[in-house]
Amino acid sequence: MACAAAACHENGCCKDEDDEGLVLSTKKRTAEPTIKTNSVLVATASSNTITSSTEDSEHRHGLCVKCKVDAALAGDECNLCFGCFRASLFGKFKVTVTTKDLISPTDNVLIAFSGGPSSRVALQFVHEIQQKAQRNLDASRDKSYPVFGVGAAFIDESAISSISSHEFEQAIQDIRLIVSSLAPPAKELHIAPIGNIFSLDPNDGTERLKELLHTINDVTGKEDFLQHLRMISLQKIASDHGYTKLVLGSCASRIACHVISATVKGQGYSLPADIQYVDARWEVPVVLPLRDCLAQELKMLCHHEGLKTLELLDGPRSGINGLVSSFVTLLQEENPSRQPTIVRTAEKLTPFNFNRLPEIDDSSNHLPFRRRHKKLNFKSDESNTSEFFCQICNSPIKNSDLESLRSILGHSETGANIFGSSCSSCQFQILPKEPSSMEHFYSLLPKSMVARAREGICCNQDRLREQIKDCLLSDDEEGI
Amino acid sequence: MDEAEVKSKKGPGRLCYICNQKKPALKRPKTLEQICKECFYAVFEEEIHRVIVDNQLFKPGERIAIGASGGKDSTVLAYVLSELNRRHNYGLDLFLLSVDEGITGYRDDSLETVKRNEIQYGLPLKVVSYKDLYGWTMDEIVKMIGLKNNCTFCGVFRRQALDRGAALLKVDKLATGHNADDIAETILLNILRGDIARLSRCTSITTGEDGPIPRCKPFKYTYEKEIIFTYAYFKRLDYFSTECIYSPNAYRGFAREFIKDLERIRPRAILDIIKSGENFRISTSTKMPEQGTCERCGYISSQKWCKACVLLEGLNRGLPKLGIGRTRGPLGIEQRTQRSMQSKQCGTLDF
Ligand SMILES: [Zn+2]
Ligand SMILES: [Zn+2]
Repeated sequence: MACAAAACHENGCCKDEDDEGLVLSTKKRTAEPTIKTNSVLVATASSNTITSSTEDSEHRHGLCVKCKVDAALAGDECNLCFGCFRASLFGKFKVTVTTKDLISPTDNVLIAFSGGPSSRVALQFVHEIQQKAQRNLDASRDKSYPVFGVGAAFIDESAISSISSHEFEQAIQDIRLIVSSLAPPAKELHIAPIGNIFSLDPNDGTERLKELLHTINDVTGKEDFLQHLRMISLQKIASDHGYTKLVLGSCASRIACHVISATVKGQGYSLPADIQYVDARWEVPVVLPLRDCLAQELKMLCHHEGLKTLELLDGPRSGINGLVSSFVTLLQEENPSRQPTIVRTAEKLTPFNFNRLPEIDDSSNHLPFRRRHKKLNFKSDESNTSEFFCQICNSPIKNSDLESLRSILGHSETGANIFGSSCSSCQFQILPKEPSSMEHFYSLLPKSMVARAREGICCNQDRLREQIKDCLLSDDEEGI
Repeated sequence: MDEAEVKSKKGPGRLCYICNQKKPALKRPKTLEQICKECFYAVFEEEIHRVIVDNQLFKPGERIAIGASGGKDSTVLAYVLSELNRRHNYGLDLFLLSVDEGITGYRDDSLETVKRNEIQYGLPLKVVSYKDLYGWTMDEIVKMIGLKNNCTFCGVFRRQALDRGAALLKVDKLATGHNADDIAETILLNILRGDIARLSRCTSITTGEDGPIPRCKPFKYTYEKEIIFTYAYFKRLDYFSTECIYSPNAYRGFAREFIKDLERIRPRAILDIIKSGENFRISTSTKMPEQGTCERCGYISSQKWCKACVLLEGLNRGLPKLGIGRTRGPLGIEQRTQRSMQSKQCGTLDF
């Protein structure tokens, strides 16, 4: 097709039909009540293109396009002043928390705190709504309104990281300082070595972790596995200390990367499970209040507000994840609305039944805090809730993929066949290929993961059996 | 499977991973297995045969047009389909269908290639030209509108031209040379654009079953590398580099580059992307706009007039911008970066 690079500049090229779809989706989008999926930066960037002449001149004068009083922040992407920028970012967080009912007054929330900008902002914003709730309580005559509790958790990965122990000690001190210097109500900080999920004995735990990671050859698989272990660690802390929600700082940029990585790893089916505001497939439900904020915005907030962050612990990603991360960064540079668009695409995929908070029939429903509660629109089709979950990454597995179980059941009768219900992605990039090393791998796994596997097998056994009955040779209960 | 592992399984003596008899001649792009030439042809063709059978792409007695651009994909497709049709008695009547856009010095040569294919494989060839169908050649269009927007014309016209050619040939189906890399790229692009309706359709191996001429993609799971680099090279098929002269430095979009990078470190990523695309949980209520027919030419269209008729009207009235500048507002962003979002089809005249 005739198409010089420059010639295609303004048109859809042979993809012209696609613009139509884009128009449709944009229209559909604007019809929805919530606007927060558009990020602050993007909103300004796109309005900029519509009325470019007037805003260009304002931008040249350096005034905030919103309040038109204060100077806009320096930097090419943002044309808001700091006050308006912050208000809009916090507003986005607040709307998400309230409309999705992510935090309720009776909650005790644990914030996964890595020291990076996203979790730093999560800590800050959750802290601010807690303070607000506290002030409301203090001002009210009726002292019956509870204020939710907040704690922070830091997973200590020093045992397997290349950071020097001196630098690491410094980082831990910084983290303690960050959490302790927040105004009351006081927040407990939990620092747990990642080896804790393997063994109570720190040395033993570290050794097992190292050995386990050593069995994984694929760099991407290793990185992803570590990510799953991190989640187990956080869940353990949350459950050991009576937290009711786990807050992750996952932002739109991070989610956009996950959408692409999951696609590239063949996890299209389970993808919608990971990107919702609520993920209750864990013992302690996970919530993502910053899902609609860009990494760039969160970084900017930390920078301008002087929130200390620790970049040190956030190493570059490797393998497939590394490629995806640079690809998404490149796209974002080319078009500031690209990451939100990617998140929006994934948002249109059908979520799972566990992507909502379990219904709690408590009396708190009449509290003002819950008034704006918008019930997530799910059909409570309980027959659908019995998903099979990958024993490694906890992703729901597509029914037809269980067919691959047949082959595994075919030649393994040992405990290792419990991993028959691992997703194909984990089978490829994490699990050892040889049956003998599989048993070794299995023996090293943290107890909670093994427990999950057993539990999964138990719950799913009937359905599993149903699906594979034609290839089972005997009625041996141990078979699966 | 990673490279080290394939090597270790290969065993002593450096023999073909499949037959374990001959010396390996290539590292198969899809699996990185080292295999001999003969085994490569065998698995390559057998895989495509399986795809055709498993997906019931053709029925015995059907007339099938192969979209033939003279480029690598369609040339290899013409070869493989005529070969498999003979070997497995599909009972198909195969035809080559080409489009002459009217680009001097470019299409002349590629059509020569298609004509040689016609003789080599003994497949009847039908050429439909923009000039005959629309009264305009691409050369004339470019003369009128310049190098801006010409791809819109070319793309819209080609799609219709293929359908009209297929109708003239009275075929039941049109087979195109879209390969696994193309599908993977389309999936990514639809994610990047937020186009859920196309995302749900783009992995279908057969499309347009409700329209006049269904299209199918026998190369849906075939790696581009295996098509170009090994197959076309070893079999020495006669094909033409389909780089458009209006696109001097064939631009490859970000997504294409990304897929090539992925393939380098994990060959199965291409198939994994397709698998994801097939498994996305998309509610069935996500539908494309209602299709009607163009009041002017009768071609399927969601609007009163189909795109080709709108574009033609503009050309004929001397207003070539008609039908192009319809995307404004929030799409300004999309337009600005269209260049980086293109798929490879824009840089080449392959189809
Ligand atoms: Zn998994
Ligand atoms: Zn061989």
